[in-house]
Amino acid sequence: MQIVSAIIQGVLLGGLYALFAAGLSFMFGVMRLVNLAHGALAVLAAYGTLLLVQAGFVSPLLAMLVIVPAMAALGYVLQRFVLQRTLSESPLPSLLVTFGIAIIIANLLLVTQSANQRRLSLGALDTASIAIGDIRIGVFPILVLAFAVLALGGLSLVMRRTQFGRLVRAVSDDAPTVSLMGANPRHIYAIAAAIAFGLVAVAGVANGVQAGFNPSSGDMLLIYAFEAVIIGGLGSLWGTLLGSMILGVVQTLAATFDATLFQLAGHVVFLIFLIFLPNGLIQRRVRQ
Amino acid sequence: MTTHAVPPTPTQAVRVAPHIRRFTPASIVGVSVALVLAIVMAVLPYYVPIGSTRQLTDLFVYIILATAWNLLAGFGGMVSIGQQAYVGLGAYGIVTLVGILGLNQLLAIPLVAVACAIIAIPISYLVFRLVGGYFAVGTWVIAEIFRLVTIRFPELGAGSGFSIPPMAGVDRDMRIAIGYWAALAVAVIVVVAVVLLVRSRLGLALTAVRDEPVAAATSGVNVVTARRLVFVIAAAAAGAAGAIVAISALNVQPTAVYSVQWTAFMIFMVVIGGVGSIEGPIIGAVLFWILRELLADYGEVYLIGLGLLGVVMVLVAPGGIWGLLTGRRRVNLFPIGYRLDRRTLAG
Amino acid sequence: MLEIDDIDVYYGQLPAMRDVSMRLDDGGILAVIGANGAGKSTLLKAIAGQVPLASGRILLDGKDVSRVPAFKRARLGIALVPEGRRLFKSLTVEENLLTARASKRSGPWTLDAIYERFPLVAERRHRRAGDLSGGEQQATSIARALISNPSVLLLDEVSLGLAPAIIAQIYASIPLIREQGTSILLVEQDVQQATRASHDVHCLLQGRTSLAGRDLDLADITRAYFGA
Repeated sequence: MQIVSAIIQGVLLGGLYALFAAGLSFMFGVMRLVNLAHGALAVLAAYGTLLLVQAGFVSPLLAMLVIVPAMAALGYVLQRFVLQRTLSESPLPSLLVTFGIAIIIANLLLVTQSANQRRLSLGALDTASIAIGDIRIGVFPILVLAFAVLALGGLSLVMRRTQFGRLVRAVSDDAPTVSLMGANPRHIYAIAAAIAFGLVAVAGVANGVQAGFNPSSGDMLLIYAFEAVIIGGLGSLWGTLLGSMILGVVQTLAATFDATLFQLAGHVVFLIFLIFLPNGLIQRRVRQ
Repeated sequence: MTTHAVPPTPTQAVRVAPHIRRFTPASIVGVSVALVLAIVMAVLPYYVPIGSTRQLTDLFVYIILATAWNLLAGFGGMVSIGQQAYVGLGAYGIVTLVGILGLNQLLAIPLVAVACAIIAIPISYLVFRLVGGYFAVGTWVIAEIFRLVTIRFPELGAGSGFSIPPMAGVDRDMRIAIGYWAALAVAVIVVVAVVLLVRSRLGLALTAVRDEPVAAATSGVNVVTARRLVFVIAAAAAGAAGAIVAISALNVQPTAVYSVQWTAFMIFMVVIGGVGSIEGPIIGAVLFWILRELLADYGEVYLIGLGLLGVVMVLVAPGGIWGLLTGRRRVNLFPIGYRLDRRTLAG
Repeated sequence: MLEIDDIDVYYGQLPAMRDVSMRLDDGGILAVIGANGAGKSTLLKAIAGQVPLASGRILLDGKDVSRVPAFKRARLGIALVPEGRRLFKSLTVEENLLTARASKRSGPWTLDAIYERFPLVAERRHRRAGDLSGGEQQATSIARALISNPSVLLLDEVSLGLAPAIIAQIYASIPLIREQGTSILLVEQDVQQATRASHDVHCLLQGRTSLAGRDLDLADITRAYFGA
């Protein structure tokens, strides 16, 4: 029974990871940019929400109405005026700049906030659970998974059916020709970044409720998101969901045997996939 | 260009091949100065307070780390954010060899470096399956695995760390001086090794791979082997640095030696000093060391400043300080370039 | 009306075009010919805004667009069918056409109108652009440019690498396009094809105008082409 419960928890945890991974893999898919600040940004959103709640916002959900658009706007500006300049043949500049941004954010938080573990609360929702037979399942994780599936589905729909989605796919095929069509590639990249930042903000707040956070939490969040993407397969949004769930299940199962194995088990499974299935589970044709 | 190439007349049977000089005037000066500096540094502990000796040991560790990271990223084209794996491994190598097995500290350093190199070989097969940003995070995952595995061993102190007994029969000042000399020696060896590497055919191959991997591959350069060699050497250097850190501090904490902050330091030093040159990382290491000493009391704020400076440098001055100093001219203070000796072009 | 006024274009330090001037009237057609490297593609790229001018001006209906970025020029009515077609390979044919709606221009060339006049494109509409043959890609590329209902259509070597039958089909659609009010500036290596398509010919040699005029003698053109 404990095993079944662990598996279910793991699947739900996968929902949270998928929310993280979605933004990371989206940005990579569109502009070949691995945002090493991805985790730090999630934590930034969590702290922003915390500050707003402390300033008087009744609930983190309300605060998110401010934080998510603010982060999206940050994403647009950062992409358009900083990250755009690092897009080139070599991945070096973008990696260095995003890493630098991650360090800046983490230390800024460390200096202005304490290093203590913090948590966001949604009141009764934090611990609310439903019972299925002998197993208790948290309501919040279910909501997070549901949102993740909606978000991924929505993103997938946008990419396939809307003009914006077409232009995003076009821009990753051939950016200069997109200019000839009458669309500004820089603007498209920036909107994609805004979407990614918005998603990671939601993920950061969800994590803030579910697991808690401190200024250095970003490191592990980045790693989990990355592992989920590799396990699931680059270039596939649904692969990311699958990879996230596998990661979550492995971690949770390992923790039922030995709580200290949580992280290591995930890393080991990631390694196994790297060795035997380097293209991940859902092998999409990844554009060069 | 005025060369007087005289076509061979029927009576001239032999033509002298053009002579390639490896040393330029700048590099002759550079090497001479470096030699003098090394000698001065070697005798310094006798003339400065022991506290300064201790501080300078840190500088040498920074030079080792920066030079190695630059080899990896600047010459090898691989951005690793997981070099702390080998810093930690090196530190725990000392824990094992010196702390547990009682081996002499100075003897242990090269052993630890070799061990790190050997371990890096299978690791390279793993991480080379990833490229670019994914390679970077992959190296970080490896570092995390090393850390998590290490702390599972109670013999190594598990999560609380390990205290290494100091060298027997030596007073504290001498111990610090010995650590200093070890660090200086390793730093000199690493820099010399990198110079020789870049100078060699492998170095030429690496530059080709860095600038134009497809062309390099079709020219017969074994891209993967070249990169693997660089990866292994960088691991050995980071391991040696970790060993020195362990010997100097005598206390090894897993969260400290495996911390991603090491990578942050390496990146800043190299980016600010100048990526892709040998002089750049050294400049960056010196600058970083000075800043660290000056701003030690201000805590994390200096990291924010460093981060900002690094980001600005990448955007505005990608060649770092060394790039700004040398401008468009390619100045090498070390003999790594190729120069055609014009005088030998004449028939 | 499109006016090219004494333009210079440099690639780094290399002059690609010098002192080139020409004029294209509304609904008109002009053929620019020359050997490889003569500067023909550079000319079209400069007009479309993909390469900057070192000096000179480009005027569209009297408005100086020399400094206007490429994506805005598309919205002003300049459409380039680039060398090599440059379709978005992972998108379907129809999706490729729809991307051109980013130019936000309306006119006779709707999706239906395109499908009606270019049955070749209509039949392939759901195929991945990367899977098309050369001729199909070229037709799609032209159709994609037309979706933006341009006032000036720039055709860059549309016959390159195509079978004569396909080339004939493509050139047959040119009068169709002009009927709807679009002026055409086409770049060709094939002199015969160029003179058949347009009375007005402009010859480039090593980045400079070597000859320009109407109903020119073939011998004169050949001389100007090769620089004899």
